[in-house]
Amino acid sequence: MSVYARRRAVNAVVMAFTLAATGFGLLWLVLVLGTLLWNGTAALTPALFAQMTPPPGSTGGLLNAIFGSVVMTLIATLIGTPTGILAGTFLAEYSRGSRFGKVVRFINDILLSAPSIIVGLFVYELMVVRMGHFSAWAGAVALAIIVIPVVVRTTEDMLNLVPNALREAASALGSPKWKVIVMVSYRAAIQGMVTGVMLAIARIAGETAPLLFTALNNQFWSTNLNAPMANLPVVIFQFAMSPYADWQVLAWGGALLITITVLFLNIGARALASWSTFKQ
Amino acid sequence: MSLAVARQAMPLPPPVPPEARVQPSPELKLLIRDVDFYYGDFKALKSITLPLHDKRVTAFIGPSGCGKSTLLRVLNRIYQLYPGQRATGEVIVDGENILSPGVDLNLLRAKIGMVFQKPTPFPMSIYDNIAFGIRLYERLPHHELDDRVESALRRAALWDEVKDKLRQSGLGLSGGQQQRLCIARAIAVQPEVLLLDEPASALDPISTQRIEELIAELKGDYCIAIVTHNMQQAARSSDYTAFMYLGELIEFDETELIFTRPKQKHTEDYITGRFG
Repeated sequence: MSVYARRRAVNAVVMAFTLAATGFGLLWLVLVLGTLLWNGTAALTPALFAQMTPPPGSTGGLLNAIFGSVVMTLIATLIGTPTGILAGTFLAEYSRGSRFGKVVRFINDILLSAPSIIVGLFVYELMVVRMGHFSAWAGAVALAIIVIPVVVRTTEDMLNLVPNALREAASALGSPKWKVIVMVSYRAAIQGMVTGVMLAIARIAGETAPLLFTALNNQFWSTNLNAPMANLPVVIFQFAMSPYADWQVLAWGGALLITITVLFLNIGARALASWSTFKQ
Repeated sequence: MSLAVARQAMPLPPPVPPEARVQPSPELKLLIRDVDFYYGDFKALKSITLPLHDKRVTAFIGPSGCGKSTLLRVLNRIYQLYPGQRATGEVIVDGENILSPGVDLNLLRAKIGMVFQKPTPFPMSIYDNIAFGIRLYERLPHHELDDRVESALRRAALWDEVKDKLRQSGLGLSGGQQQRLCIARAIAVQPEVLLLDEPASALDPISTQRIEELIAELKGDYCIAIVTHNMQQAARSSDYTAFMYLGELIEFDETELIFTRPKQKHTEDYITGRFG
């Protein structure tokens, strides 16, 4: 067999493997989405968005859980985004090459891959035990701790992509450093940074473990941040594990809702990222 | 002896030749004295001494890595953005040593503008690209800011091409237009010295020609230092030329002399293309 024929054969075989692997991965994604749509669509009724989580045997919806998830995600984002952006800015713009910066970056990477249940237990010890009760605040803080390292990382990465020539050009006009960062670096990196925040929100939208130890759950409508609060992931966990058929249907509905939300956040993030590359 | 008598006793000055009337004798603007520069442990400039004159163009030529860009980066202390880079010696501007530690770098850089090799438009509108620098140091009413932006763009020969799209992104311009935008941005803050670091090396011949015309036009108002790899460009557009090699200043003289009767063998070899 000539060298060329052999090369073509190897190419065909490797190509087949990569296609098979891609198909295998996609298959599960399609199955998950298909099952969710099959079982969850029936639960997507107006009542799902209008009524509270019911006791077994009666009709109800997920309004209190949806509200709780939105509130806690919002607070977590409000805490995590500024913290993460400031820390990411420090790493990218102020700590270049410094030992302290390297240590912070390393610790952030550990936090990024920390199991979320550990985060839940940490906040449980830090807040729930001290306050004496579960609360929405504790849930939001736990989620914020998951948001921060994601935002730190993407902010730093995006700022590192900003060419130094741009910083030099701004400095050469006599611009103080903070203005170079705010007016030039941030502007150049903004799409990537927003993408990072959206991905962080997508990540916490489905987190269950940290909320189990912090916000717990609440069967009733509650806007009190100092009290336990219902949220989609824990409700899904509880209802899906239950023997009651109507609870299980609601769990499917909640799961579909979270999936759609995450899907749209990811699509939004992608669209934003590609829009920025198109613009440059 | 009274003043009037003294005047009479003094001989009359010789009549001024016509060329000199157009170009009064050059005034010293910036004096580089004994400057050494280090990238970490590497010594990139060795005891450089030379003057830059006001309303004149000084070209820096020499093979890659000879330190000409480095020298330019010393003059507005832009090197200080990076830890591990340092300069010693003196650079005197208006009687002040700008290498001394107490100098306000932002004010210094507002006074000594710089244009880089690659065009670096900021990710904002054409208008804001120019206004950015002006707004740093001046609070102007709207119409005055508009005027300043327009005159900067006019001076950079870009106004006619962009006047209808001032609100569009500066990133949408062609390479040559972007570079003229950067020059407009630099002169908008009304600096006294302009440092041009290979401003035309990333551009096509037509854009290059426009930049050169621009330099000739700006010469009347600024002290200009230009780094270039292009010998013809140095010969065409500069009044003085400095030839550098391996971090040393080999020869500095009027451009005409450098290109016709260089004193150093090294300089002659380089400008005739025998090495470098």
